[in-house]
Amino acid sequence: MEILLQQLFNSLTIGSVYSLVALGLTLVYGILHIPNFAHGALYMMGGYITLTMMTAFGFNYWVAMFVSILVVGLIGVLLERFVFRLLREAPPLHDKIAAIGILLFLEAFAQFVWGADFQTMTSPYGQVVTIMGLTFTMQRLLIIVSAIVVMILLYLFLKKTFTGASIIAMSQSREGASLVGININKVAMLTFMISGGLAAIAASLASPINLVFPGMGHLVILKAFVIIILGGMGSIPGAIVGGYILGFSESLGATYISNDYKDIIAFVLLVIILTVKPTGLFAKGER
Amino acid sequence: MKIMNKRTGLIALFVLAILFPLIFQNDYYTHMLTLSFIWAIAVYGINLLAGYTGYLSLAHAGFFAIGAYSLGLLTVKAEMNFWPALVLACLITSVVGLLIGVIALRTKEHFFAIYTLCVGYIIYLVIDKWDGLTGGVRGLIGINAPSNIGPITFETAESQYYLVLTFLVVVIFVIYRIVHSLTGRTFLAIRNSEELAQTIGISTMKNKLTAFVLSTFFAGLAGALYASFVRFIGPDIGSTAIMFDLLMYLLVGGIGTLSGPLVGTLMLVILSQNLQFLQEYRMLIFGPILTLIIIFYPRGISGSFFDWKRKRRNQTGNVLKPIKVEEG
Repeated sequence: MEILLQQLFNSLTIGSVYSLVALGLTLVYGILHIPNFAHGALYMMGGYITLTMMTAFGFNYWVAMFVSILVVGLIGVLLERFVFRLLREAPPLHDKIAAIGILLFLEAFAQFVWGADFQTMTSPYGQVVTIMGLTFTMQRLLIIVSAIVVMILLYLFLKKTFTGASIIAMSQSREGASLVGININKVAMLTFMISGGLAAIAASLASPINLVFPGMGHLVILKAFVIIILGGMGSIPGAIVGGYILGFSESLGATYISNDYKDIIAFVLLVIILTVKPTGLFAKGER
Repeated sequence: MKIMNKRTGLIALFVLAILFPLIFQNDYYTHMLTLSFIWAIAVYGINLLAGYTGYLSLAHAGFFAIGAYSLGLLTVKAEMNFWPALVLACLITSVVGLLIGVIALRTKEHFFAIYTLCVGYIIYLVIDKWDGLTGGVRGLIGINAPSNIGPITFETAESQYYLVLTFLVVVIFVIYRIVHSLTGRTFLAIRNSEELAQTIGISTMKNKLTAFVLSTFFAGLAGALYASFVRFIGPDIGSTAIMFDLLMYLLVGGIGTLSGPLVGTLMLVILSQNLQFLQEYRMLIFGPILTLIIIFYPRGISGSFFDWKRKRRNQTGNVLKPIKVEEG
């Protein structure tokens, strides 16, 4: 029973990180219908920038994370402006390949600047806490709390502000949004910025319990894809719920099935889902 | 006259390919060319699916690995002769391709890309973790070179070069015949609009499946040749890094063109051999190239070359809207 509780707690941590990454991915998909394969690379950049800010510039963890959000958000904006906007009228195949090109570049760039080694990020919240027989580090608790705070802020932004509403409007209908005077280009850039920022937050939160290396985004992005297919491409609540579901199934799978194959669970899950329902769960409309 | 030019060009190219090892007498070059021919076969497979049918599969490095491991295991562990093992390896890959294709092709566009990406990853993970069968991360060592056919042996670099060249020429010829057949036209119809193709009575599923299985067959063939040529295989040949390499060869050469895969593969393999010093960082250059090509020259080098030629030919006439002729 204790193992189960401990595992449930761990799955909440992993699930929070997955949800944040999947949120960024689903936002971009909802608006531009681009499966952004480069999103994992943005996550990786977020981890490295926070780490560099802390080690090279001696910034506080939170300040470093803030810088990272800004920088990765900016990278996102640049991608939208100089790559995806040019491909808006192109066949869908082109977006995917362009995204793969960006992914390859960012990874090589990280390896060039920071080297291929695995690096650790020391968080100021390494203390071990024991509550009701559960042992965990403050960092894990921090991940869960911060993720929830970020999700609530995002929700409020999307629902209560005018800018947020324009993002929602555009995800419902690009033509419609444009007809009522929403500047599509601005909204697309903003969405990419939020998406990059979310990736940076997720990476900065997760890095102290994982490691920082050029390939750190690979598995995360693949899993994020599984999540948004699970939760419905473009659906925001779907991304959050899907993230936690995947977190739970992985933790339980690692404990009760096999630790070696825990990374495969997500993909098997996806293959099963798409086998039964080729358009993904909760798909809207005919596609 | 026109056809004569094209034909003489092709023959000249072919003669050059045959004479190459004799002229250069350099094992390193021969080795490099053989390897790029093998990659080119796999890229032709991907092209048939992504270029002509419009379905971007990201699982083909996995099928390449299945072909390679099938041949490796059959010859090393089951001690089979090379030739039946080669046939079996291609068959195994195609059967796996058929099983995966039946399910994967129910999905479309982005879902298909993500689905196949995950399938590729599963294949890689299974090869990596299934220690008992595949040797896990240690890989498979001691795969034999192709066995003799009568008096012909395949021990030297030159003989292997000719063997792979033969396969490549056959593959290109087969692809040429497929593309210019009714089936090939059907693939194009599906690429241009699946709804329309269905409306005019094409069984899209059957045709997509044909394209998918054929393309996995070529990937498997390339993998099997790779295994017998390099004689060592590790799980890395099924990784997404290889997949992205293949995709880049295709894109740079020209997706949906007949010469593109060969042009792209030769160019990029030779280029990256000459940029050895940046081996690890070559993606710093190739990544942006990939993105730029898809934005500005979506038909790659071959496609753009033929477009340019056609434009020049039509310059006298009214070329407001050139009809999209598939050439290259």
